Amino acid sequence: MFEATDQTRRKQRQESAIKYLLTTMTVIIVLPLLLIIFYLFYKAAPILSLEFLLENPIHGMRSGGIWAPLLGTIYLVLISLLIATPVGIFAAIYLNEYSRESWMTRVINLAVVNLAGVPSIVHALFGLGAFVLFAGIGRSILAASLTLAIMTLPVIIASTKEALAAVPHSFREACWNVGATRWQTIRNVVLPNSISGILTGVILQVSRAAGETAPVMFTGAVFFKAIQTGDPFAYGLLDQCMALSMHLFTISTQVPDVPDALTYGTAVVLLGVVLLFNALAILLRIKLRGKKKW
Amino acid sequence: MTPGRRHLEPLKEWLIERFIWLCGVSAIFFVFAIFIFVFREGADYFFSGFKAGEFFTSIEWYPTSRTHVRYGALALITGTFSVSFLAMFLAVPFGLGAAVFISEFCPPRLKEGLKIVIELLAAIPSVVWGFIGLTIMNSLIVRLFNAPIGLNMFNGAIILALMSVPIIVSIGEDALKAVPDSYREAAVALGCTRWQMIFRVLLPAARNGLLAAVMLGIGRAVGETMAVLMATGHSIRIPHGVLEPVRTLTATIAAELGEAPVHSDHYQVLFIIGILLFTITFVINITADFIVRGIGRK
Amino acid sequence: MVEQTPKIGVRELRLSYGQHEVLHGISFEILRNEIFGIIGPAQSGKTSLLRAINRTLEFTAGARYSGSITVDGEEVGKVRNVYELRRKIGMVAPLPVGLPLTIYDNVAFAPRMGGIRQKGSIDDIVERCLRQAALWDEVKDRLHTLGTRLSGGQQQRLTIARALSHQPEILCLDEFSIAIDPVTTMRIEEVLKELRQQMTIILVTNLVQQARRLADRTMFLFEGDIIELDRSEVIFSNSPAQQKTYDYVNGIFG
Repeated sequence: MFEATDQTRRKQRQESAIKYLLTTMTVIIVLPLLLIIFYLFYKAAPILSLEFLLENPIHGMRSGGIWAPLLGTIYLVLISLLIATPVGIFAAIYLNEYSRESWMTRVINLAVVNLAGVPSIVHALFGLGAFVLFAGIGRSILAASLTLAIMTLPVIIASTKEALAAVPHSFREACWNVGATRWQTIRNVVLPNSISGILTGVILQVSRAAGETAPVMFTGAVFFKAIQTGDPFAYGLLDQCMALSMHLFTISTQVPDVPDALTYGTAVVLLGVVLLFNALAILLRIKLRGKKKW
Repeated sequence: MTPGRRHLEPLKEWLIERFIWLCGVSAIFFVFAIFIFVFREGADYFFSGFKAGEFFTSIEWYPTSRTHVRYGALALITGTFSVSFLAMFLAVPFGLGAAVFISEFCPPRLKEGLKIVIELLAAIPSVVWGFIGLTIMNSLIVRLFNAPIGLNMFNGAIILALMSVPIIVSIGEDALKAVPDSYREAAVALGCTRWQMIFRVLLPAARNGLLAAVMLGIGRAVGETMAVLMATGHSIRIPHGVLEPVRTLTATIAAELGEAPVHSDHYQVLFIIGILLFTITFVINITADFIVRGIGRK
Repeated sequence: MVEQTPKIGVRELRLSYGQHEVLHGISFEILRNEIFGIIGPAQSGKTSLLRAINRTLEFTAGARYSGSITVDGEEVGKVRNVYELRRKIGMVAPLPVGLPLTIYDNVAFAPRMGGIRQKGSIDDIVERCLRQAALWDEVKDRLHTLGTRLSGGQQQRLTIARALSHQPEILCLDEFSIAIDPVTTMRIEEVLKELRQQMTIILVTNLVQQARRLADRTMFLFEGDIIELDRSEVIFSNSPAQQKTYDYVNGIFG
């Protein structure tokens, strides 16, 4: 009675066929990408060294290192972080702690989704029109950072919201019941218990901001700018700067006869920075999962 | 606290609440600001010399011609959509397949690992993708297809597909996860194979979420700039095959804005293209959001 | 023993969530320094009543009430400083909530938020409240470990200590024994008998016998209406005014 009939055998064959098909599909997505990344590292290996990071590009960007663009990217990321983090965190606090189910909340959520979905080149146009021209800041680190900040705002809002929502509601009620104000409750109980989740969002924002090219291209980044090597304060807030992402674009498309190792090296440093920060965020999240206080 | 300071508690709280509210609504403000400032830069030309008919129906894009300047964007629009749809044609089956695999077949440990890898893939900057298209894909396509140039629609579509896959996988996986386990149990209890369960039960139940995943993938593909700028070649015409170079709307802005004199007609037309892109992605994102959350529900 | 001026006055209180009305215009008074028992089956509006009194109901979307609630003769809906009002009332929820802070900080939280800064006075408050809640002896050597690591019964006493920490004049207990063992329940009941000297206690309970043991007066709330309100001897006697009360108290329904 329990012997396999033709039909069940066909079912089993089907079952394993579908499983293999889906596995293959997943492998096809993941494997080539890993291969590509290894290939990039392989091509870049000869040039990767501390000097590569600390020397300026020379000879019309055909040799030397990436100090000026690297420092520029650090400036852009840090300043955009300084602007986006507080606004993003408070926006998430509003959405998770204060807002009620209303059309207004709905519109804000839609706006956040859209802010994340606007093409980066449109953000660039906005930055050019609003900060560079209208506000009169001119093409500068400040204008580019403001553009990046608005662009990366949704990243911080999304992860902060998630972190806040993970704090049980009963904690808030307990605080209200003893006469704590809403802000005291958020400040003393909700935020300290969601800080790692918020930090994850901040790290992701860093990684996103570091990799963006289009938004800084017309708002503050330049093809080439000579700065003093070794001086971490070489750029001013209203100066233009080089940026790693833009530098990769420049030397791989705009400048002829750049040695391969240089372009691959730049690509790998940019990729490495971004992946490093993402890996950090992931590690933090995993660690956080194992260390709940309740 | 002295009684006097206690009196100030409600006022202080009110001020903090206003400030937080302000940050909350800033997202709305920024979206409006993007529209207004981008439109503002192109408004002069939009209301005086702009010929919408030519813009949407002509393929003649000669913004710097000395004798006869023409702004026909049809080839660019076609470029954007042909690359995006080809990318989706490649990305959707694989993305959804991987989502089903991760959600339904994958052992838990491997699942964690795969999700991390996919998250890392989503983080790769677009300029690096462009670089991959320019170097690795370029030579691969020339060798494999004997194509005259490797920078073409196919190259761009593969790069865009690889970029969109992580979005489709992660949102698709969320959608599948949201299908209650009781559905799966009921299907198994009725003697369905997993194959039948996936096609008859899971995919229909997660339909909206999967549709939204695909739409957000399209949104990302349409808006992508650096990767297509570097990978698709630069030929402004309507493509007749996948191995022909094309130019997209985004790439046009990126390539020409630096050269166009500020407030010239050419410069303003580029901002009008920006508004067109804004509108397209706006509609896609709103629609995807309505699909996910349900139109009637608040 | 019981002083005859009302501590809390409730008049024609109607309370609803959206379209759903849970209290249908009830009126009663709670006297100073009495233990006021509220009994009734689940969903009869007991918790909502407490949340209306300390105005945490306003955090729930769609909740509204009409009628009047006064504390010490002052209308709660019109008080200027709602935090002052909430500090006047200690609230203990059905499930123990240890904040993810140390035991010490759990109890020190309210005084600190209220603006007390001196370490010495906070130390005093923490010790006094933990003693009052019969928890001091068990935790005095590990005050700086996480409150969330305590057992359920200990956490509930920690919650009571926290509710006492801002020196309330009214203590509301909402089915406090639902998640703890009978021995701990008895200990807390002893604590309550001592506290009645200092404050007014509202005891919402689903354990009929608990109200009989502790309450001076008991109100039987059923589906949003007061069925009967009288001295506990009467409510729990063989002849309360309402047959329904007798049936509920004796476990015939509910």
